[in-house]
Amino acid sequence: MVLQELASRLQNDFSAALVRTVEWRGELSVTVMRGRLHEVAQFLRNDPAMDFDYIVHVSSVDWPDDEERFEVVYEFYSIRKRHQIRLKTRVPESDCVVDSLTDLWKGADFMEREVYDMMGIRFRNHPDLRRILLPDDYTEGYPLRKDFPLRGKGWRDTFEFLDETAR
Amino acid sequence: MAFEDQRTTVYKIDPAHPESETLPTLRTEELLLNMGPQHPATHGVLKVILELEGERLVKSTPVLGYLHRGVEKLAEDGTYHQFIPHTDRLDYVCAMYNNFAYCRAVEKLMNITVPDRAEYLRTIVAEVQRIVGHQFWLGTQALDIGAMTVFFYCFRDREILMDWFDELCGARLTTSWYRIGGVERDLTPSLLDKLKQFLDYFPPKIDEYQVFLETNRIWVGRTKGVAIISAEDAVSFGLSGPTLRGSGVDYDLRKAQPYSAYPKCEFSVPLGKNGDTYDRYWIRVLELYESVKIIRQCLEQMQDGPIMADVPSVTLPPKQRVFTNLESMIQQFKLFSQGFDAPPGEIYCGTEAHKGELGFYIVSTGGGKPYRLKIRAPSFIHMGAFDHMSRGYMISDAVTIFGTYDIVMGECDR
Repeated sequence: MVLQELASRLQNDFSAALVRTVEWRGELSVTVMRGRLHEVAQFLRNDPAMDFDYIVHVSSVDWPDDEERFEVVYEFYSIRKRHQIRLKTRVPESDCVVDSLTDLWKGADFMEREVYDMMGIRFRNHPDLRRILLPDDYTEGYPLRKDFPLRGKGWRDTFEFLDETAR
Repeated sequence: MAFEDQRTTVYKIDPAHPESETLPTLRTEELLLNMGPQHPATHGVLKVILELEGERLVKSTPVLGYLHRGVEKLAEDGTYHQFIPHTDRLDYVCAMYNNFAYCRAVEKLMNITVPDRAEYLRTIVAEVQRIVGHQFWLGTQALDIGAMTVFFYCFRDREILMDWFDELCGARLTTSWYRIGGVERDLTPSLLDKLKQFLDYFPPKIDEYQVFLETNRIWVGRTKGVAIISAEDAVSFGLSGPTLRGSGVDYDLRKAQPYSAYPKCEFSVPLGKNGDTYDRYWIRVLELYESVKIIRQCLEQMQDGPIMADVPSVTLPPKQRVFTNLESMIQQFKLFSQGFDAPPGEIYCGTEAHKGELGFYIVSTGGGKPYRLKIRAPSFIHMGAFDHMSRGYMISDAVTIFGTYDIVMGECDR
């Protein structure tokens, strides 16, 4: 299906759920309301004209200045129909929960765990939501958030070093 | 005798059996076994907790992250050009393809068209890298499950290509030969000769590998019918590359979303039937022949021309000019210190590496550094299917299943 058709189909069926539709560099990305993410995803998965059977990646972006701080990004592809879509939703920091899509795509399991590990977004109904790349007892926060320091925590400045000239 | 452990179950022989009086009660319990993180067959530092019933796997839980280096966070701190060497360290066995996938993603973001000759060069080197990757996989996978000879044969031939890479870009593994908008340098006549010699030399060697493995009853017994995954499950798990095509799913990005010089070459995508380890092996062997075919066609079709797109605000100037021409030096300095100004937006670009779909999702808010860079690593996603694929098999099959994904932990943990 051509991207415009995809977009207009979604616009018709889910006009109340859509927040924004952007087409850029030949890619369609659709932002939906958080509460209806699972419903839209289910439609994308099961509708015969959509047929998005393949999950490409799950990602997350942090926008610290926005009211709804985090963005969860799903990317789907249809192997039979050969079209691709990016489904996004925004999450506020105070209530960092999204419905998990593991019941629709099995591969979402590890990908969502990675998002939880790196960005601290929790997924409702996820079967095994634990940290995946970092240790289970890691307490220093979520590394891909923008408030996690990019160049160390200043420990290096506190190191004592020998002054060679003072010998 | 009472057992306090809740996992313990007591199996008793049928009381009607004549021997029931004399036989002792059989006690069975589940056993947890840590495999790795330092196990020679896990291809790096991977740990899997196996739940066993006897010698059968009931459940396996991969514990990842021993090689996590925070590459995605690192990317936010450097310019787009500076990230190319980091991509070498993702899948350190096949650095060229990582460079390729990354450069393609940035080119999509910047909307740059790469000149024809550069596209052919990229395709040639990418296919050479695919041969190296499949040889590496074939050798180590066979070694893991007890066929040692083919390992030495694969590595002997891989060494020729490693030397070729060395001559091409000065490094065997961490190549960084691809550049945004083109490639770093052209093939010299000596490199062309060596590549042509290799193309004549190599196909008979593939036959040799096949003879070594397919006549080895132990190897065949340990790969046929092991780690079967159905086409529906493989798609649902997001598997890609030979791991997906082994189940008969016709999905190859080189055909589905043609890029570089692939649409100008004729090649076929082998598909498996049974979705077991043997089919995935067979696909990779056939892909070796296809890669040879693609390289030959590219060498024939390739014309002279520039090897770098002419977009001075983004692409690097030729090295000779940097040392002789002031403007080029300033351009190089600015590109590396500040980077180029990327338009705000987001793109995803997937490339068919030899393991599967290696993709980069880049979010830009303008400026010289990516705001967010996400790597879709096939090894990581394949590990998600490990539990599903290993259930019901023996402990020794776990090694085969690691092998069948062609897993590299540098890419899996990033």
